[in-house]
Amino acid sequence: MVSLLLDPIVITVALGAALLGMTAGALGAFAVLRRESLIGDTMSHAALPGVALGFLLAGQRSLPAMLAGAMVTGLAAALFSLYLSSLHRIKRDAALGVALGLFFAIGVVGLSYAQKRPGAAAAGLETFLFGQAAATLRSDLWLLGAVTLVAGAVVTLLWKQLKIVTFDPDFAQAAGFDRRRHEALLTGLLALAIVIGLQTVGVVLMSALVVAPAVAARQWSASLGVMFWLAGALGAFSAVTGALISAQVSGLATGPLVVVVATAVVALSLLFAPRRAVQLEP
Amino acid sequence: MQALFDDIGFTIVLTGMLAAGSTALLGSFLVVRGQALLTDAISHGIVLGIAVTFLLTGFTTGPVQLLGAGAAGVATVLVTEALSASGRVRRDAATGLVFPAMFALGVLLLSLFARDVHVDPHTVLLGEIGYVWLDTVPLLGVAVPRSLLVLGAMFLLNLLFVAAFYERLAAAAFDPVQAGLRGLHPKAVSAGLLALTSMTAVAALDAVGVVLFVTFAIVPAVVGLLLARRLSGVVLVALGTAGFAAVAGYWAAVALDLSIGGCMAAMTGIPLLLALTPLKRAWQMS
Repeated sequence: MVSLLLDPIVITVALGAALLGMTAGALGAFAVLRRESLIGDTMSHAALPGVALGFLLAGQRSLPAMLAGAMVTGLAAALFSLYLSSLHRIKRDAALGVALGLFFAIGVVGLSYAQKRPGAAAAGLETFLFGQAAATLRSDLWLLGAVTLVAGAVVTLLWKQLKIVTFDPDFAQAAGFDRRRHEALLTGLLALAIVIGLQTVGVVLMSALVVAPAVAARQWSASLGVMFWLAGALGAFSAVTGALISAQVSGLATGPLVVVVATAVVALSLLFAPRRAVQLEP
Repeated sequence: MQALFDDIGFTIVLTGMLAAGSTALLGSFLVVRGQALLTDAISHGIVLGIAVTFLLTGFTTGPVQLLGAGAAGVATVLVTEALSASGRVRRDAATGLVFPAMFALGVLLLSLFARDVHVDPHTVLLGEIGYVWLDTVPLLGVAVPRSLLVLGAMFLLNLLFVAAFYERLAAAAFDPVQAGLRGLHPKAVSAGLLALTSMTAVAALDAVGVVLFVTFAIVPAVVGLLLARRLSGVVLVALGTAGFAAVAGYWAAVALDLSIGGCMAAMTGIPLLLALTPLKRAWQMS
């Protein structure tokens, strides 16, 4: 057991999972409070064509290129859904569904195109569907760490503004804050939280890792600050646990394991959190 | 007859049309009712039902799976409703929590206990419409592809449901309160729609998988909403879009050697783009 924990590959996998789980969980606090859970689902599915595009443009399995592509198509899908729901008769949920369905379908086509490329490099692209923690390279840790630092710095510097825009956007506007710019920033942070975990958790389930830790943390605290840090810790715990199990058992994708762990955390929080405990008797 | 089903291209296109058509037919009503993302929840939820039914009974296909997995789809919706009704988790977060959890658990169970069976996680996610012709069952002396048979029956069932309860479906979609007062049982109609959507998701799973089902349920219906003024028009445009996507998608996939299911689903985007351009005005003038 001790030798296992000192294995450099295991340390890389665990560190990577901790970084992405912490970032996704903490930023999820804003997304859940702003009722953006389903936009997250659309953006994570819509990341698939970006992953394929990044791979094709870079000509090899380059994580920065694929995640940049994922960020671009994820945000493009969010904008497309905003445009659709501005149309007469198209409701918000249908607009999200159209963006999710079409971008994912294009992603499936793009994946099948990328896999025709000669060389074994494209073979690993399918792991972006359900995620594979074991694919984490030591060099990926720099990217994950940099994203975590940038997101942390932005949130720290703009904490007050982001808090007001999250809880009372109308008041934020009346008080002279640039509401649109801060809302766009929060949506950008949500996209960042999603793409950071695509390699480990996969496009299909990544949005659940953004939502679940925040929902669990909300049961324990009514303070945004506490919720933010607790969601980060629970996200890191879920991601590391799932990643370590999947790295040990062959044939188990990481994404489903991470989400099952995160959901168990939510279930325990719903049952045992003192502040809003379930009333079993009237 | 046998010669038709031996034609691989014909079998694939017909399976695609039936999968897309039976999905788009119900999707039209769900989208009009503001329940578009219910299809996302249901199609992911059935995967847990498939895994559990397989572990309990050993069946990977057939009526037992259709009912077991279909029940799981309905359960996904009920659990989500209960969680958001508890007041502790908002509706969108409850949706974004329940169906990924059921899907993740289903995928995990399938990878652990069903490795030798054809229901692996990859097929469940994307379907394998290119291989539907391999699995046939005898019917009146003809070897018919199983998916084709199941989807054909599903399409007929959905068509019968819509034809028989069209007025009730319309009333329940636009004004459930008035529909209730008129004795049109909007709740029973909604429950029937939910159960059939769930069964359709199971029937279409082999062909198009979990996510592309969502594409076929929502995109054609939105094209219908953009082009037609009456509910019947929405349904017809949605069916036309679904049929076009299956044919054009197969053609594009074969010509360019790409994923067939992916191309079929992506092709629903062409009528959508046309409906969003000035061509829309030309259509409405005619």
